[in-house]
Amino acid sequence: MFAPDEFFLRAAQQAAEEEEENFADFSPAPPFRMAFTFAAFAYLIALIAVAFCIFFAIYLVICIDELKTDYKNPIEQCRSLNQLVLPEYVIQFVCFVLFVFSFQIFSIVWNAPLLAYHVYRYMNRPVMSGPGIYDPTTIMNADQLSKSAKEGWVKLGFYLISFFYYLYALIYTLVTA
Amino acid sequence: MYYHKPKLPVDQSSNQFDVFRCTMSAVPQTQELLKKCRLPLGLTLHPFKDLKNLSIVQTNIVRCRYCRTYINPYVYLPDNRHWKCNICLRSNDLPDEFCWDPATKSYGDPTRRPELHHPTIEYIASSEYMLRPPQPALYFFILDVSSNAIENGYLHTFSEQLLINLDQLPGDDRLLIGFLAVDAMVHYFQFTDPKRPPKHLIVDDIEDIFIPTNSGFCVELAHFRESVRSFIQNIPTLFEANASTSNCVGAAIDVAHKLIAEVGGRITVFQTVLPDIGPGALKNRASSEKPDPKNLVTATDFYKRIALECTGHQVAVDLFVLSNGYVDLSTLSEISKFSAGSVYHYPNYHINRGQVQVKRFQRHFNRYLTRKIGFEAVLRIRCSRGLSLHTFHGNFFVRSTDLLAMANVNPDSAIGVQVQLEDNLAGQHTVCFQAALLYTSSKGDRRIRVHTLCLPITSDFSTIFNQFDLKASVSMLAKMASERALSNGEIADSKEGLLNAAIDALGAYNRSVGQRSGVVLAPTSGGLKMLPLYILGLLKHRAFSSSSQAQKRLDERIAAMLQFKNAPLEVIMLEVHPALYAIHNIDQFEESPQRLPLSYERVNRDGIYLLDTGNYVYLYICSGVRSEILQQLFDVSHFGQLDEDTVIEQRTNPLSDRLHNFLRTLQSQRGLFAPIIVIREDSPQRDLFTMRLIEDRTENAHSYIEFINHLNQEIQR
Repeated sequence: MFAPDEFFLRAAQQAAEEEEENFADFSPAPPFRMAFTFAAFAYLIALIAVAFCIFFAIYLVICIDELKTDYKNPIEQCRSLNQLVLPEYVIQFVCFVLFVFSFQIFSIVWNAPLLAYHVYRYMNRPVMSGPGIYDPTTIMNADQLSKSAKEGWVKLGFYLISFFYYLYALIYTLVTA
Repeated sequence: MYYHKPKLPVDQSSNQFDVFRCTMSAVPQTQELLKKCRLPLGLTLHPFKDLKNLSIVQTNIVRCRYCRTYINPYVYLPDNRHWKCNICLRSNDLPDEFCWDPATKSYGDPTRRPELHHPTIEYIASSEYMLRPPQPALYFFILDVSSNAIENGYLHTFSEQLLINLDQLPGDDRLLIGFLAVDAMVHYFQFTDPKRPPKHLIVDDIEDIFIPTNSGFCVELAHFRESVRSFIQNIPTLFEANASTSNCVGAAIDVAHKLIAEVGGRITVFQTVLPDIGPGALKNRASSEKPDPKNLVTATDFYKRIALECTGHQVAVDLFVLSNGYVDLSTLSEISKFSAGSVYHYPNYHINRGQVQVKRFQRHFNRYLTRKIGFEAVLRIRCSRGLSLHTFHGNFFVRSTDLLAMANVNPDSAIGVQVQLEDNLAGQHTVCFQAALLYTSSKGDRRIRVHTLCLPITSDFSTIFNQFDLKASVSMLAKMASERALSNGEIADSKEGLLNAAIDALGAYNRSVGQRSGVVLAPTSGGLKMLPLYILGLLKHRAFSSSSQAQKRLDERIAAMLQFKNAPLEVIMLEVHPALYAIHNIDQFEESPQRLPLSYERVNRDGIYLLDTGNYVYLYICSGVRSEILQQLFDVSHFGQLDEDTVIEQRTNPLSDRLHNFLRTLQSQRGLFAPIIVIREDSPQRDLFTMRLIEDRTENAHSYIEFINHLNQEIQR
């Protein structure tokens, strides 16, 4: 009558030993695995950063629309828009630097044109003492307004695609060990 | 090679037509047609022009319910009870009072009302058009009293003219007046006692400027008249011994704006040197040898920011630059550009040495003090379906896509607007534009001046070219070219733009009528055949000239561009294509002398010629002129005795009478005072005259014939 217990005990013991052996296979790998998690870290940061950038792009689209429908004064509107310009550019630059350090080629190639465009835009901004690229005296010209509106929509699309790509890439780098 | 020698424009002295014009008197129906004809589409508007027969309506204002257009002569009245708006094409009810005819005291035909007869009309507005009670007239003066200013002596002319016109300043008994003086510190003048002179307070902490006490700086003229009058009389002597050479006008404008921000009004700044200390200090950028495009662009946005704050408080800043050196006009002028002010420039001003500029300043300042003025104004331009307004040119702040905020309006400023075709205009017969200027008059009532323009639509290519409006187009192109040059500093860009405008327009016409090589065709009617001549005049003008002398005189170039941006049609046309008349035989003909082509081959050795350039009138005297004429006009018997500095006076003989009557007619048509400068044929100032003869060849520019050849080659390509 006690024989099955013994059997079970011995089976449990064996199972425990097997589990120990199995766990031995799942111990932490040698140091080269850190590079992968750095890429995952980069994608994680980029994901949060792109969330901010999406917010900035939506804010730009809404502000330009408010200007078009004469809802707001261009002076105040440009002041609030100008405050968000440099944060967006700096965030995008930080993401780019992280991708460079983690050798994510596709992300580098994806972000490089936008970085070049940001640099070009900021170098050719109208003369102003504070940060920003929007000038209240010229923004109400129809061509300036439509250019800014287009820029807002294109950036929104770009950041949305980036968001989903970074999400996919984050999971990919986490999973492929 | 055959080229068409242009017939000079006939003088159209109808005042009304110049108020609101379009570059094309017939608007193309489709976008493709507009693109194909390559002509600029835009409007020029002179909203506050002095008009002789302006109807003023005091009864209730009839406006469209949907688009808020004012009723105008171009609406459609299906019956006596309704009217169809010509901008949004919807039907509205006519109020009963509209049919009341005050002349016959009966209800009659609504078409007799003045609103349906005059394209320009003025309404007296009720309180629903006011955001706050109408402001009193307020005039504030900021005077430069640095040692340079005392040296050139403008304060004497200033105080003399202000004293003469103190009682004619537009305004009622609430009129306010105030003064500040600027050198290295800011000088305040506090009027406390109507019988005693004001207290003189000096603040030298200009980096952190504050207002010393809280009242007395801007006082009612009615109460303090004697005190103000004696103060103005003493201003030149008060600062006579001033040795301070710096100037901190940035701080002064800032504090003046704070003083009058609750009321609004007009600040007049007199500047004679570069402001080199305090906030808004500027550097001398003209000392470098090579021309740098950045020197034409503003150096700092300090003045633009103050201008935007000013326009928010209904304050306009006008700038009088009376300098003999570089004052960085491109940066300083921003204070006027965005606050609806004007810039006046008097190069090489000196009370003893430069009588021409002194006279100009005197007469301009006289008109400036006494002309009509409107305060806290906004201008809205509406256009019918299918069109939209694109870019505005002029001195104001664009508050929204069709609303311009002008803190002050004056009768000598005009604006330009570029128009674009949004969709096809099929199904409509006409396009209409309406400009409504809402302002507070100097007497404190709120008025609305409405201008309406109605143009036919055409789908015929040749009609478009025949209906090309030369005056409006040249004015529009001058404004656009100045705007581009001031924003990025590249004169070559603007010149290329102008050249392309001519090439495109003529090329499109030639392609449409079937081109023969070697010939540039132009329609016989309409202004297109004169367009190359005016474009050549613009390219040779000192604003866009690339000659080496012009490179050095930055301020004059900027002043010329600023004038293009702000000036009405007549002045721009005269500046671009001056009017040349032979006046040595003026008494032999009944009618006024004809305009001559601008070429030296028209100048005879024995004649006297008058060149009206808008800003100056040059009287050119050739050496072979007969001594009787010299005797009659100048009271000298020999050419060698003629002194250029003597003021030409009216003498009692028929030739002199005719000449001065003719000068007076020119003055009245032009509006802007231009002093007469006498130039002898052998004078070193001869270039002032000969450089304006635009059909001739110069060291680095084409003659008219060569220009037409050049256009021909470009069109063929």
